[in-house]
Amino acid sequence: MSVAIRGAVVVTKRGEERLDVKIAEGVIAEMGTSVGPADIELDGTKCHVLPGFVDLHAHLREPGKEDSETIETGSRAGVLGGYTALVAMPNTNPAQDSVPVIEFVRLQGQRAGLLEVVPSGCITVGRAGTALSPMAELARAGVQIFTDDGSGVQDPALMRRAMEYSRELGITLAQHCEVSSLTVGAVMNECSCSSDMGVPGWPALAEELMVHRDIELAKITGARIHFLHLSTAGSVHLVRQAKALGLPITAEVTPHHLSLTEKLLRSFDSVYKVNPPLRSVADIEALKAGLLDGTIDAIATDHAPHVRRDKELPLDQAPPGMLGLETALGVVLSVLDLTPLQVAEMMSARPAKIAGIAERHGMLPEVGGPANLCVVDMQKEWTVEPRSLASKSTNTPYVGRALRGKVRHTIFDGHVVVNDGKAMR
Amino acid sequence: MKHLRSIGELGRDGLEQLLESATHMAEINRRPIPKVPALRGKTVVSLFYEDSTRTRLSFETAAKRLSAETMTFSVSTSSVSKGESLRDTIETISQMGAHCFVVRHKSSGVPWQIAQWTNASIINAGDGAHQHPTQAIVDCFTVRQAIDQPFFNGVNVTIVGDIKHSRVARSNIEAFTMLGARVTVVAPPTLLPSQIGHWPVTVVHSFDEVIASTDVLYMLRLQSERMDQGLIPSLSEYGSQFGLTMERAQRLQSSAVVMHPGPMNRGVEMHVDPSDLPQSRIHQQVENGISVRMAVLFDVLARDGELQQLHEEVSA
Amino acid sequence: MNQEQKRSSNRMALSGPDVQRAISRIAHEIVERNHGAHNVVLVGLQRGGTWIADALAERIYAIEPELTVPNGSLDVSMHRDDIGIRPIVPGAISDISFDINGAIVVLVDDVLYTGRTVRAALEALNNFGRPQSVQLAVIVDRGHRELPIRPDFVGKNLPTQMGDEVVVSDSGVVVTSEVSS
Repeated sequence: MSVAIRGAVVVTKRGEERLDVKIAEGVIAEMGTSVGPADIELDGTKCHVLPGFVDLHAHLREPGKEDSETIETGSRAGVLGGYTALVAMPNTNPAQDSVPVIEFVRLQGQRAGLLEVVPSGCITVGRAGTALSPMAELARAGVQIFTDDGSGVQDPALMRRAMEYSRELGITLAQHCEVSSLTVGAVMNECSCSSDMGVPGWPALAEELMVHRDIELAKITGARIHFLHLSTAGSVHLVRQAKALGLPITAEVTPHHLSLTEKLLRSFDSVYKVNPPLRSVADIEALKAGLLDGTIDAIATDHAPHVRRDKELPLDQAPPGMLGLETALGVVLSVLDLTPLQVAEMMSARPAKIAGIAERHGMLPEVGGPANLCVVDMQKEWTVEPRSLASKSTNTPYVGRALRGKVRHTIFDGHVVVNDGKAMR
Repeated sequence: MKHLRSIGELGRDGLEQLLESATHMAEINRRPIPKVPALRGKTVVSLFYEDSTRTRLSFETAAKRLSAETMTFSVSTSSVSKGESLRDTIETISQMGAHCFVVRHKSSGVPWQIAQWTNASIINAGDGAHQHPTQAIVDCFTVRQAIDQPFFNGVNVTIVGDIKHSRVARSNIEAFTMLGARVTVVAPPTLLPSQIGHWPVTVVHSFDEVIASTDVLYMLRLQSERMDQGLIPSLSEYGSQFGLTMERAQRLQSSAVVMHPGPMNRGVEMHVDPSDLPQSRIHQQVENGISVRMAVLFDVLARDGELQQLHEEVSA
Repeated sequence: MNQEQKRSSNRMALSGPDVQRAISRIAHEIVERNHGAHNVVLVGLQRGGTWIADALAERIYAIEPELTVPNGSLDVSMHRDDIGIRPIVPGAISDISFDINGAIVVLVDDVLYTGRTVRAALEALNNFGRPQSVQLAVIVDRGHRELPIRPDFVGKNLPTQMGDEVVVSDSGVVVTSEVSS
């Protein structure tokens, strides 16, 4: 089965080139101004060919919460968003803290066959924050990124041990930075809105304290640490300083923290409730600047599906989280003027490296390279329709909003998984 | 007015209209038979997810005096205890022909959420620490009566207590300032919202500093769970710093007005018996509660879409 | 398409002095019908009837100076059958500070038209007690009754069109008609 992409601009190591791309047997077989006929012909006019996106942060909900998402529906949402690899967050039920669960997640990903599902492992058993998970065993089973996402590791002594232990395994620890005693009952950013609305606030300090702690721990342990979904100007500042010291630190930001502010919560609509919460305009500006100057390495979705009945709970009881996979590119390009190369770096190359899958994903297209690609129209304007979402849930705040930038085709392992905006499976 | 959910949504004109209308309702309440047929055929459902006998009775009495049908939805005996969702409850009761929901809920924002699921009007009878608009209107009505002037320009209102967790404080600060009052809040810093600097109030931490210059003293209820949360060291320390003691009461102006939204915590924020306090208007607050809630129900139910349109045609 | 030119015409149906004479006559009729004024109370309907009730009270006092006829006012907006069409009139609050049980209540209004206001007033009176009887005094009866209600004392019977507007004041009765041309 061969595939040809015709008429597109390809982002290569040499720059942007008008080339046709021919794919055969899972690799890029040929790139040239004109390539021979193929079994499947894809129209790439007005589009760029980029490496398939890699999401460092997707909640696929399986096992445990299959009514909100499954690995299959999450994979479909992913390929429609241009992703060819998703790091599956471990806050499933049971949690991803044992080899059988890890293998189950990976296997379900292979069964769906749309993209590569990369399971993350828990730092602590059951994400309970009391005892280290069998990290070496999990690492042997191929897990390269560990996190207790959903919550941070609260105990500094335990985090120090995890970092010390991780260094010899060559793995990365990813931290959800939230000092939970400062966020009891928190619904949204601590700001004038939360005061008016009479809801407990989630202060920036709760994130920044843990960012600071883990930077200091990284200094003494030398462990690789990745900061998940940074949301405050203070965090960006701390990471910038730490990187200047040459510490092995990486960080990500979500499309929603780049685009939406705390004021939206005034509607009491739980679709805007996320953790960490939406912040101020000043925070958004700092996050954008951090992303552009490389302080923040990657854009990650924190795709967090929830069934309607859960999001219809009162704001303080509704679970945090919003969908992200299908809208990530459109949201990012609507708020930031990025070149195709910048998109490839922030959404593919750097996340692939952080996830430890850079040999299969994130490489700029070249002959002989893996055929994990997406073909995107960076200028295409479109509107999010909840009915056309592939995710099993519909908790996206972008319904009805005009976005710029859309994925036309996605190719995973040489197979066309999205053709002209439609998932093939 | 379709809904009454917050003082901000009501606005100054709306507030003044309701205060005016409440004087009509007060006259009805003085009649030997205080009942009029104005809301015959309308159904008012009180939906109290949080216990509040007095607010619920006040609304139900108001509805009955206007001849509306009343239904009471009691959470403890209903299908909610079997796990029925808020949305299912609202949709089911709407199908029974409810025209208006009077809602009390421990979570901020619930009146806005449920408005999406029904065509009925929503009256907020208290949502979390957010708003309690009818209480604020009652309190403005009571102050108007006490000082015998429609606007509060030059009036010093002092609100004492747990501002942070108080929906009454949020609604009253808005309503009192709308009518021209200067509002001062007195509280320990742990019981103030983090961003109180954005509010149109003066913050004072010493009760004694302001008591003599206060025209309207508004005491808030202190819930004992604030001590368990470590927000105050002890109830007795709170009482000595922020309670209305006999000594403080003696420093009040004779013309001052003392109010409390009830229920009172005697020995915590209230050390004086209101019946020993000539400045107390606490009983009037309860009495006025019915007139104001009649005005609110009448406004919400007798001026709904269809009739409003008819009214516009008639007056055109 | 059919753009009718609407214009209105005013006519003075009663002059100011005529209105005063009508009030005087009605005062006499009330006293005569009730064999004095000792059990009579006046209740003006908010807002058009209140000044007439005040005037009647004065005249009756002039006829029967040994007593003052109790005089109150009644707002019927909460008793109407067309609730919501008419907003509450600011300041038009009922004020009946005397006992109406066993009294002869004379309801006073400016214009009697469909009869719906009077029906609402009869109902509202029940909230205040049980009168011995209720009588109705109006300055103008303009017809078009929709309920079985009739006045006991009338200043003037005035034939009108449905769309006409009738305004009564102490300077006279003005009828405004819309005339299509």
